[in-house]
Amino acid sequence: MAWRATRRARPQPAAADPIVAALVAVLGHDRVRDDAAERSLLAHDASVFSGGAAGPVCFPTSTEEVQAVVRTAVAHGRAVVPRGAGTGLAGGAIPLGRPVVVVTTKMNRILEVDLDDRVAWVEPGVVNLDLSTYLRPLGYHFAPDPSSQQACTIGGNVANNSGGPHCLAYGVTGQHVLALDVVLPDGELVRLGGLDAEPPAYDLRGAFIGGEGTLGIATRIAVRITKNPPRVRTLLLGFDTIGDAATTVGRVIAAGVVPAAMEVMDRRITAAVEHFVHAGYPLDAGAVLLVEVDGLGEGTAVDAERVVEIGRANGATTVRVAATEEERALLWKGRKTAFGAVAQIAPSYYLQDTVVPRAALPGVLQSVYEIAERHGLMVVNVFHAGDGNLHPLLLFDSREQGAIERVHAAGREIVEVSLAAGGVLSGEHGVGVEKRDYMPLQFSDVDLDHQGRLRRAFDPACRANPGKVLPSGHSCADIQALERAAAGLWG
Amino acid sequence: MADDALEAFAAEVGASGPVAVEGARTRWSTGGQPAPGTRLLRAPEGIVEHRPEEMTVRVLAGTSVDELHRELGAAGQRTALPRRGGTVGGALAVGENDMCALGRGRVRDALLQVRYISAEGAVVTGGGPTVKNVTGYDLCRLFVGSLGTLGLIGEVILRTNPVPPVSRWLRAEGADPFAVLDVAFRPSAVLFDGATTWVHLEGHAADVEAERRALRGVPVGGDGWTECEDGPVLPPHRWSLRPCELRHLDGAALGAYVASVGVGTVFASHAPPPRPQAPALRALAERVKHAFDPGGRLNPGRHVALLVP
Repeated sequence: MAWRATRRARPQPAAADPIVAALVAVLGHDRVRDDAAERSLLAHDASVFSGGAAGPVCFPTSTEEVQAVVRTAVAHGRAVVPRGAGTGLAGGAIPLGRPVVVVTTKMNRILEVDLDDRVAWVEPGVVNLDLSTYLRPLGYHFAPDPSSQQACTIGGNVANNSGGPHCLAYGVTGQHVLALDVVLPDGELVRLGGLDAEPPAYDLRGAFIGGEGTLGIATRIAVRITKNPPRVRTLLLGFDTIGDAATTVGRVIAAGVVPAAMEVMDRRITAAVEHFVHAGYPLDAGAVLLVEVDGLGEGTAVDAERVVEIGRANGATTVRVAATEEERALLWKGRKTAFGAVAQIAPSYYLQDTVVPRAALPGVLQSVYEIAERHGLMVVNVFHAGDGNLHPLLLFDSREQGAIERVHAAGREIVEVSLAAGGVLSGEHGVGVEKRDYMPLQFSDVDLDHQGRLRRAFDPACRANPGKVLPSGHSCADIQALERAAAGLWG
Repeated sequence: MADDALEAFAAEVGASGPVAVEGARTRWSTGGQPAPGTRLLRAPEGIVEHRPEEMTVRVLAGTSVDELHRELGAAGQRTALPRRGGTVGGALAVGENDMCALGRGRVRDALLQVRYISAEGAVVTGGGPTVKNVTGYDLCRLFVGSLGTLGLIGEVILRTNPVPPVSRWLRAEGADPFAVLDVAFRPSAVLFDGATTWVHLEGHAADVEAERRALRGVPVGGDGWTECEDGPVLPPHRWSLRPCELRHLDGAALGAYVASVGVGTVFASHAPPPRPQAPALRALAERVKHAFDPGGRLNPGRHVALLVP
């Protein structure tokens, strides 16, 4: 591609990083980049954090190459940060202290699909949606469906234990990974888990998933594939208030109905989305609730009726049932592009990801609006209501003096309100650098110490994605340079 | 109340000397018996809080699984823990799934929060109280199947699920269980002993009927599909195989067996052979064990498969 060629033509920095020659010896010139533009690009991900600093950027194409890169980094005393598509929202892929960045996007082959085992072996760079598209003619899909599924990679899903709307019924990534080939931070290769029913060992596969690149790099992933449901019914309910929508969600679950997905969007985001996709969302509603039930024909009809009944009893003013697959796809397109639609309102957003008990949703949402108002910020809410996973987007313009500080303060208050309601810091985006320093709000020192023990068992030398997940003091021996970099992240 | 019970349990565990927890001894010899001289304790008992609208239950580890399911059942819910007696803590420490795992879910996916007593005698919390949570490292999954070698489970929060309105067992002679798995959309179990196939169907009445109709498409011998009260009696040993390996089972090695098709568990009268151990994986498992229990005082003599001496 032309833009790539242009950037490669830039002169190399005068004082070349001493590890570069060793990496080039492993991967060749084409797949090691150390120019300022590349390193600057990869110092960011989809989060609002700045202050990252990438070292040489590597593009391996095989497990053996990943091992060789990691061993080279070990030999040079350098840290390693793995990276997929860079769509993470918690800063997990932001390199701190000029580590070697291992980009997995060139490892993007679907290696094998076995319908007896209901498993697909994939490389970490396979894009989430590409796998489900590939499986569709076989009657299967990969259940985790993050909003970024058109871009995010399965390796990234594993690192963040990613979710998505349909995780209400199907569970997040950890529930859909059977085995992993992992290059450990010392370069050793291990297979965690297995395709058999109950692999007899510590569940290190389970412990690895959600490790955000601090436990090693997955180079081959065996994911469970799920039969496509024969019948899907998608409903859109409009409410006067977001509280009524949230109450409905709790009542549906209490009635023993577990839909495949239950998503809530408030008035502002509904308007922005409607302007963007023209799905026919009601613009006069205070909030909309998107519900999907799936399964066999008659059971889904029973469930859908029950949802409508409960919705009406709790203040639903409009009910629409998607009549065609096109209509269903359009309703979902609105939901999945919501974050993009926000750009119509403000140039930047900061997204929280706390989870609260469903019963606490109406009260916590009320607090979220109040917190935003107190800090002079606009907030929109579009979230996985079915499992209590909030996604308040605080909207701001980073050019405005003091805006980022107000966003930070409001974000912290949202976290505190969520935890006080019996919730947790992250439902699906992970901790990264964003929530690292909030960890002591949810866990005691002893709890964090035990998480650190798991980390050190995988990575005794603290070379894998340092500075993430655990606050300093509980993570690995902190590198001075790293601390300085981390302190400037909100700049 | 739960916190007091946990603190008291932690005090009993203390910080020194070999120690293990005794549940109902339904799987006592899994991974080996505790070494002679190991102090045996009981975990605290009791259901702390069931929240049906959150699909969660907080329960102390010494509670019997039967009692838990009785209590949940009264509110129309259940968990993935296997129905074979024993305690909640024991079921999690062993990690075996129910024979209807396809419908009830897997034990490793059911544990949302674990509070355990560490080798140093401290109460430690892993995971969180909500049904969705990816905050920090996943100690819950690490503890399922760890046989009490990393910490002694005191209290847990489990995911609950609604009990489906209708539940039916069907059996037939000579039905290909793989064909059954293909035609049925979401069976709770497909079991096969080499001659008879059992299917467990759950859901709305109309859906169970539709699944039954679909089963007619599978050729069978004898009287066709007949309803039965329950599934088969399961032989005592568990083999963990890949689902595809169930197409070619070795009856001589297994003895009498019941295979869980689509899952890969084979319940057999003969014990499975030991597995080869990859050195790098074994070294990692040893580092994990050492990190959590440096002095080796938790369940000494008991080993998860990779660490068998």
